[in-house]
Amino acid sequence: MRLAPPMSIRSRREAPLAAVVILAALVLVAIFADLLAPHDPTLPVPGANVFDPPFWMEGGSTAAPLGTDFQARDILSRLIYGTRVSLIVGLMGTLVAGAIGTLMGILSGYIGGWVDQVIMRVTDAWLALPAIVFAIFLAAMIGPSMWNIIVILGAVYWTRYARVIRGEVLTLREREFVKLAEIAGASKLRIIKRHILPNVANTAMVLASLTVGVVIIAEASLSFLGVGVPPPQPAWGLMLSEARPTLLAGQWWLTVFPGVCILLIVLATQLFGDWLRVKLDPQQRNL
Amino acid sequence: MSFALRAGETLGLVGESGSGKTTTCMSIVGLLPRAARIVGGSVLFEGEELTTKSQRELRAIRGRRIAMILQDPMASLNPLFTIFRQVAEPAFFHQRLRGRSLRSRVQHLLKAVRIPSPEWRMREYPHQMSGGMRQRIVGAIALAGGPSLVIADEPTTNLDVTIQAQYLDLLKDIQRETGVALIFVTHNLGIVAKMCDRVAVMYAGKIVEQAPVRELFDDPKHPYTRALLGSVPKLGNKDPLYAIPGQPPNLASLPSGCAFHPRCPEALPRCADEEPIDFHPGAGHAARCWRLDEHAAASHGRSHS
Amino acid sequence: MADRILEVRGLKKRFPARAGLFGRPRGWVKAVDGVDFAIHAGETLGLIGESGCGKTTTSKLILLQEPPTEGSIMFQGRDITGLAGAALMAYRRAVQVVFQDPFSSLSPRMRVEDIIAEPLEIHTDLERAAIRQRVAAVLELVGLPSDVAPLFPHEFSGGQRQRVAIARALATDTKLIVLDEPVSALDVSVRAQIINQLEHLQRTLGVSYLFIGHDLATVAHISHRIAVMYLGKIVEHADSDALCARPMHPYTKALFEAALPSHPDDRHAATAVAGEVPSAMNVPSGCRFHPRCPATMPICSQVEPVLQPRDGGGEVACHLY
Repeated sequence: MRLAPPMSIRSRREAPLAAVVILAALVLVAIFADLLAPHDPTLPVPGANVFDPPFWMEGGSTAAPLGTDFQARDILSRLIYGTRVSLIVGLMGTLVAGAIGTLMGILSGYIGGWVDQVIMRVTDAWLALPAIVFAIFLAAMIGPSMWNIIVILGAVYWTRYARVIRGEVLTLREREFVKLAEIAGASKLRIIKRHILPNVANTAMVLASLTVGVVIIAEASLSFLGVGVPPPQPAWGLMLSEARPTLLAGQWWLTVFPGVCILLIVLATQLFGDWLRVKLDPQQRNL
Repeated sequence: MSFALRAGETLGLVGESGSGKTTTCMSIVGLLPRAARIVGGSVLFEGEELTTKSQRELRAIRGRRIAMILQDPMASLNPLFTIFRQVAEPAFFHQRLRGRSLRSRVQHLLKAVRIPSPEWRMREYPHQMSGGMRQRIVGAIALAGGPSLVIADEPTTNLDVTIQAQYLDLLKDIQRETGVALIFVTHNLGIVAKMCDRVAVMYAGKIVEQAPVRELFDDPKHPYTRALLGSVPKLGNKDPLYAIPGQPPNLASLPSGCAFHPRCPEALPRCADEEPIDFHPGAGHAARCWRLDEHAAASHGRSHS
Repeated sequence: MADRILEVRGLKKRFPARAGLFGRPRGWVKAVDGVDFAIHAGETLGLIGESGCGKTTTSKLILLQEPPTEGSIMFQGRDITGLAGAALMAYRRAVQVVFQDPFSSLSPRMRVEDIIAEPLEIHTDLERAAIRQRVAAVLELVGLPSDVAPLFPHEFSGGQRQRVAIARALATDTKLIVLDEPVSALDVSVRAQIINQLEHLQRTLGVSYLFIGHDLATVAHISHRIAVMYLGKIVEHADSDALCARPMHPYTKALFEAALPSHPDDRHAATAVAGEVPSAMNVPSGCRFHPRCPATMPICSQVEPVLQPRDGGGEVACHLY
């Protein structure tokens, strides 16, 4: 008789090592950007020309190891500081979205009645709008800045939380320990704080880990479109945008490096989120 | 463990959750999960050894000669098929009945389990029936192959008391008519008292006592059996119940010696170290308890003095 | 009467039965259809009946989980339907519940001490130390060592969890506990522990119980008085001993006949009652039990019998008497 459990089950229990390493590295880079970056990311590298290639290529120098951009700024330094923007926007945007969405989901699911109706119709309306178009519209209205982007992305991506959390709350509400609290005379606020919130926390965490990547891409897109992080701040999306005119001129380092960075961070957060989901959500409900 | 059962007889397999009673039944019909295995011993059915049979051979026996009735009828019935289709399946495959003879066979089976107006009911779906009705349909499916052994695993736990009584009476009638042998898996001693000819009491994966039903109720030899009987409320008796101290053991970390000794009010020092063997205090009565050894020794000693 | 903790009069609850999503009510499900009973201090009233008889709805009404359609619930001489504010909180403090399934009635993310302390936090302004003392005291009352307080529910077995649930119900100076099938989900060997514990607590604390169950022997064992419900109505009620000695209503008799024997020699002949409980949406005319009743008479399908005093105390609603 075969006794060993299938490999897929066992391997899924262990954290994805590559993802954790990448994420840890990126976080460290973001924290110690001031120490790591060789140059000021907003000023030209002294003595360098515009569009210097990476150091291993003809005409490159170790002063700007990954080359320079159209203002002779150091690509490496800009990438390092860009990590900061991406992580801050990704995490804070997710936090804002998660906070709004979880609150709305709990109100909708637990209070019910017309509150539920209003919140669910709003999420319907939200889902009908293409997220990025909606974000561009909001950004154009309140003006570009990193903190505005965070608020905007939070306001755009909360609906997913609201729907999932509401579903969770609807079943929680019927659980006997919630009934017991009601019978003991607990107020609605107390029930939400003590009984509902702790029991949806896992779901919110899993959703958050899966949303981070989406928010980072959205930030990059907004910056690329010129309504995100304003220049001269270094953001990966903005770097792509600034490199666009030279894309076909052979200066590939301007686009490839920020592109790879975005790819790495999104891939790592998704892998990590996937693992977290298996770990925290044993029923695997495809959130 | 070992037990035997004759045609037309009813054996009660009594135990709490985790006592291994369901596992025992599953191993009889070879439905254990892949990770588990039968370590030793044999299962003889009508003289044939079942443990060495292939899955394929077992499939031919299951459903036809050995049938099962499980606790939750909704889980045993397919919600997408009519009652007719589900009851007809064994007759269709095993007896190769078709057309009118198949239909009359299904009606006969439904009549046997006291389904009113079967020709009309068999076109319905499981969700259109009450819990008691569904469990009877499961019974009809079990009987379809003309089995000589039916294993019923807590078949009435989800039913109301009057419906439960109807169902148990029905099973008895069917047994009288067909001579089928029954293994009744339950935690309810009342069902045993009502239904069974012999009883095997399980604790922590072992049969600790086995006896004819009257003898077990009148003269239980194992302390666990005694405790179990004393812990059930009886009508017209308001004395405090005997409460077995402690919790049922975890099968993964069983106590040494006799698995019941930590909860046993009559445990001897040796119970903690040595696993008791079967003693035979009467004909067809077996119990695994060191107390019986002592009783034997004591009475032996008295008769000599 | 002064010692009546809870008195229920003419209690009714109807639910609309809708055809579709937006359908108008097709009719009304009369889940509870005119129920009267009283529970005295230190007493256990057993409420017995099969699924759909309205015993669970009755408990929901008493626990104010649903508003009654009609009737009154008097607690210590005061109608509590429509209460609000401090008076409502006083009721919430005095009446608690223990549910059937100890696995879903304890919050998986709270420590046992927080679960038990919750009613205290809601209803008292005790200091943390005083709350902890009270938690230890009630844990001891239900037979658990006080050092289990910081554990989580999943670290306990079913019987121990049910003890935690009882401890919580006792945390405030509780007058009445609704016990909704509190031992049905437990292992046989553990049931007796809990039943004995409940009886012991009642003797020492004088708390009243409303014990809801379907197993006649268990209900009869723990209850002083028993009310038998069928399709939303009480068909018979009496002292537990009197009812067991002489059940009078044919439905009560049927329940006794259907009850499982405690010894192989008690096996009865075939059960008298046939059929199944009809839907509470189409309650039969006259006596609601008449379609299943073995002793039905012509009058039974026309006139609904009312509760009348029966021999040995109590009341029965049947045209036979």
